[in-house]
Amino acid sequence: MILLFVVLFPIVAALAILLGAPARRTALWSAGILLGATLLLSFRFEGDTPGGYEMVTSFSMSSDWNINFTLGVDGLSLMMLLLTALVTLAAVWFTGEIAEHRNAFYACLLFVSAGAMGAFASLDLFFFYAFHELALIPTFLLIGIWGTGDREVAAWKITIYLATGSFILLLGLIMLYRAVPETARSFDFRVLQKSAILIPAKAQGNIFLLLLLGFGILVSLFPFHTWAPQAYASAPAPAAMLHAGVLKKFGLYGLLRLALPLLPAGAQQYNTLLIYLLLGNIIYVGLVTIAQKRLDWMLGYSSVMHMGYIFLGIASGTLVGTTGAAVLIFAHGISIALLFALAGEVRQRTGTLVLADLGGLGKLMPLAGFAFGLAAFASIGLPGFSNFAGEVMVLFGTFRNGANPERFTIYQWATVLALWGVVISAVYMLRAYRAVFMGSMGESLSTITDLRRSLRVPIGLLVAITIWFGFFPQTFVKLVKPTFQSYFAAKQ
Amino acid sequence: MTIVAPSLEIAVLVLGVLVVLFETFADQVDKRTFAYTAMLGLATVFVASFFLPTSATETADTGFWSFYTADPLAIFFKRFALVTTILVLAMMIDYAPVVRESIHGTTRQSGLGEFFALPIFTCAGLMWMASAIDFVMIFVSLELVTVSFYVLVSFTRRNPASLEAGIKYLILSALSTGFLVYGITWIFGVTGETNLARVSTALANPAIESGPALFAMLLVLVALGFKIAAVPFQIWVPDVYQGAPTPVTAFLSVGSKAAGFVVLLRVLQPFLVMPRMERLLVVVAAATLIYGNLAALPQTNLKRLLAYSSIAHAGYLLIGVVCLNGEAVVYYLVAYLLMTLLSFAVLVVVSRQTGDNIEDFNGLAKRSPFLAFAMLIAMASLAGLPFTVGFLGKFYIFNAAIAHHQTTLIVVGVITVACGFYYYFKVVRAMYWEAPRGDVAVPVSGISRFAMSAMIAAIVFFGIYPQPIVNALRP
Repeated sequence: MILLFVVLFPIVAALAILLGAPARRTALWSAGILLGATLLLSFRFEGDTPGGYEMVTSFSMSSDWNINFTLGVDGLSLMMLLLTALVTLAAVWFTGEIAEHRNAFYACLLFVSAGAMGAFASLDLFFFYAFHELALIPTFLLIGIWGTGDREVAAWKITIYLATGSFILLLGLIMLYRAVPETARSFDFRVLQKSAILIPAKAQGNIFLLLLLGFGILVSLFPFHTWAPQAYASAPAPAAMLHAGVLKKFGLYGLLRLALPLLPAGAQQYNTLLIYLLLGNIIYVGLVTIAQKRLDWMLGYSSVMHMGYIFLGIASGTLVGTTGAAVLIFAHGISIALLFALAGEVRQRTGTLVLADLGGLGKLMPLAGFAFGLAAFASIGLPGFSNFAGEVMVLFGTFRNGANPERFTIYQWATVLALWGVVISAVYMLRAYRAVFMGSMGESLSTITDLRRSLRVPIGLLVAITIWFGFFPQTFVKLVKPTFQSYFAAKQ
Repeated sequence: MTIVAPSLEIAVLVLGVLVVLFETFADQVDKRTFAYTAMLGLATVFVASFFLPTSATETADTGFWSFYTADPLAIFFKRFALVTTILVLAMMIDYAPVVRESIHGTTRQSGLGEFFALPIFTCAGLMWMASAIDFVMIFVSLELVTVSFYVLVSFTRRNPASLEAGIKYLILSALSTGFLVYGITWIFGVTGETNLARVSTALANPAIESGPALFAMLLVLVALGFKIAAVPFQIWVPDVYQGAPTPVTAFLSVGSKAAGFVVLLRVLQPFLVMPRMERLLVVVAAATLIYGNLAALPQTNLKRLLAYSSIAHAGYLLIGVVCLNGEAVVYYLVAYLLMTLLSFAVLVVVSRQTGDNIEDFNGLAKRSPFLAFAMLIAMASLAGLPFTVGFLGKFYIFNAAIAHHQTTLIVVGVITVACGFYYYFKVVRAMYWEAPRGDVAVPVSGISRFAMSAMIAAIVFFGIYPQPIVNALRP
């Protein structure tokens, strides 16, 4: 029941706001309630059924298709739900003055959040897909109406890319559904997990390719990444937080949830291709990030680049690497949300995000500078932040796959190249930090004030979480590991 | 009392005759009363259709039942025609002032009565066509539909665009009718039969020459291609759709197309065993998809955009036909009915105040949030977003395509779906981003508001819970 509540509550809240409830207050309260309910959910979660789902509720939608509205959580989806609730609260909190259509803005935010919540809690392919698409129109409107810069192009680009990616994904899902004999067909993850061994290797390969392409476009896998930086640069800060932090992770979650356990043979066939592409994310996009001259574009590209590490974890083929990918999904979601929030605040005060025009803001905005520094460190992957734990696990996991002291395989080479990515991200993050917060400020910037005091709460929340999991990553690993253990146990 | 199937059509015909008869003598009455009465009458017939005996599939070899069937598909499409007509009449009530301005009759209301009566006859024709299983019957019912459309398309006769549309429709439609009759004679010549079932058995006989049979089928396909607006018989669509009175356009794009597809499903069944036929249909479907979607991209007039979109949707429906998946086609048609009529309903109301260009929808969200929301749902459904009926329709269609390994059509489909997002979202963009022209709210009558709300509810309901429609198709 509580699961049903967290999925439907944001929709109800959004509709209430559309119908005229006081926008900010309702949104803030409902985001708070959402987080509370999700926390309650995680306390109720027992986690002692490896590979099993808890709190399953199910309603039949179509008996001859076997489509059910089934909700349930395991460690992995619980982690995603927590991430969604956290970032939603932060995004609503960080929403500044909205000039026009205030209610619609908050309703759109909550709809995006509802789409993510529903997708992560669904145990049915159909609703898993449908909830994600629910966020498409709100995203289009958020960027189109309230965006800045070249918002029109950005909104079209993200919409067309995501729509195409989703449609390819849909074809893959239908093929997955049809790949097993007619009597075993189901949209239910649990049934699929049992019947997936019946899929022949060739079909697995085709389906995996479609899923990789579909999910890959949604997660900005190189070379389908160009929509992301542009959209995040134009989007209002809360929308960028929600999309980059949460919604984009849907594709990664889908790969972890569907492609890896159901199509192991397909994954093996296309692992090499995936590794080449993700190195494009890490190295090529990393270098492109260094060349950026605007903070928002730089953050957008950096988020594309970091997807490469998560893909590396997915491609690693080891338990440690895969678990690391899941931890990194969470860690990246928190840190990128914080970075976009602070960039949004800087833009609101200075009116520009061109790195060359900024400088010395650390003196005027010490709180923002401090928080940005922490988030930048986290994003680089310094020890003590949760990203570090995730990246280390990913890199170790990949390196260990088929490790042979005599000869490097593609996994070892990928690890070595990916390690350079850490240096690249240190270069652009620290450069951006220096350009914005250090040095001397221009005349025009001298009247700028620091963040509102009330914003200390969401910043404190996000920073505390990333530090907590940096020091105690075990709490998370324990949560998500059972999911992956069952994958690798089934393989052997 | 048990109701037998043909009495539904007869009831509708009688209703039409009564409306024409009474409105001639009732000059003092508000003519819109007749529209309301007709809607009520059609609704009664709709309800009555649920009380038909369930096992009404008489299989007489000769006599009436060799012309007429009452299988679930037929009953379903009778209901489909009834719902469409009721919704179109609701739109026509809103459109009445425009008709009044463009007729200049002897009285203030002249012409209105016929305007409301003609759709009832069309409806009877559509219902008849759904049951037709004999080429003669198909031809007769098709003509009943087409002839009433000739009048309806050019109804606002002071408007040159409407007249032009009427002429174009008349000439091309007559031409396609010629093809149909010629095809039927060839079929009769080859097989000696006009009943579909018997044609099918005759064709299965290896002694039959397949060349002439194929030629006959091609001729019939040309005629039906015209009805469903498939490439290369789509040329009339944009001009006729734009010129015709908007409710008639809606009727044309839903009723006429649906009837075409029912006939196509029935007629193709015996012929699709020939592989050449399937290849031909794949080409037509792909061409229709590509043409409809690409041509819709640059449109700036919403009526024209919807015309091209109707060609595009004919392409998706043809995928279902190629795979001979009746369920997918029917589901898609239901989806198409709801979303197309909803967008036309909003268009009728808005265009009366400003116009039917996409620009005229600028800032509609500020002026009339309800209308903008209704249009948003319609566009989301046409584009195929989940939780709308349009998504499930595409889901059914592409599931059928995957089951039949129609790789070409799937690849074309991916491209065209992406195109669809662009041109449908263009309307959303106009309504929500652009600054409004003036801040006067668009007035909406109670009945339109009710019809729109019902359609929105149906779009969302059937988008989540498809089972009722699927069940209705099963005996």
